[in-house]
Amino acid sequence: MSGSGIASSHIEAVIRERLNSTHVQVDDISGGCGQAFEVIVVSPLFTGKNVLMRHRLVNAALKEEISAIHAFTQKDYTPEEWEKKQQQ
Amino acid sequence: MSFARSLFGTTRTRAYVGATTVRATFSNRTPLSFRILQAHQARYLTEHARSAIDNAIKSSSVVLFMKGTPEFPQCGFSRATIQILGLQGVDPEKFSAFNVLEDNELRQGIKEYSNWPTIPQLYVNGEFIGGCDILIAMHQSGELAELLEKANVLVPELVENAETK
Repeated sequence: MSGSGIASSHIEAVIRERLNSTHVQVDDISGGCGQAFEVIVVSPLFTGKNVLMRHRLVNAALKEEISAIHAFTQKDYTPEEWEKKQQQ
Repeated sequence: MSFARSLFGTTRTRAYVGATTVRATFSNRTPLSFRILQAHQARYLTEHARSAIDNAIKSSSVVLFMKGTPEFPQCGFSRATIQILGLQGVDPEKFSAFNVLEDNELRQGIKEYSNWPTIPQLYVNGEFIGGCDILIAMHQSGELAELLEKANVLVPELVENAETK
């Protein structure tokens, strides 16, 4: 598995491009080896979709990246939900 | 972790041990197909793997594909999922866990089968519910409690206790 490390910036770029995302937060939680990421995705594409459908969208957009890393965890919000969350 | 475990004590553990014996289904596959699968890094599901997973999902109302066992999860996400199912009061009699680390065909196959890239994966009454992130979100929002209650998979005493409160 060594050598398959992926940069946070790459994940972020892919999410912005493929998911029409208005806000992306990518945390490398691997301790530097690029194998584990925690992401927050805010996108209008999530509107009207339940949590399972949202995750499937993100998984599909990051199919290659996720299969190359060890751990991937995500939280997905619509722009409206994200704004509400920020105000809390 | 100790909290989830202490809810049920030994009953739960015993039932979970029983549940883990179901895993034997996957140990019976031929080593040859396993090696071929590895060699080609196959991304498709063999008929054998698909029917084995079909049977696994039907083996209990609540089925978890995880890394390690309920007693000894070998990944933080699998551990968190077991804790949530414990907190929710899932009936151990209606629960089966399959350790994907014991079977590479299952480990790869379940990802294709569910079209889901990560482990753990939870099925309730044959329906794919999601992975750890989804279960945490549904646990916090109350959706999971609702779903499990509707599916009739909670420990009966806990339901009664909840009603008397």
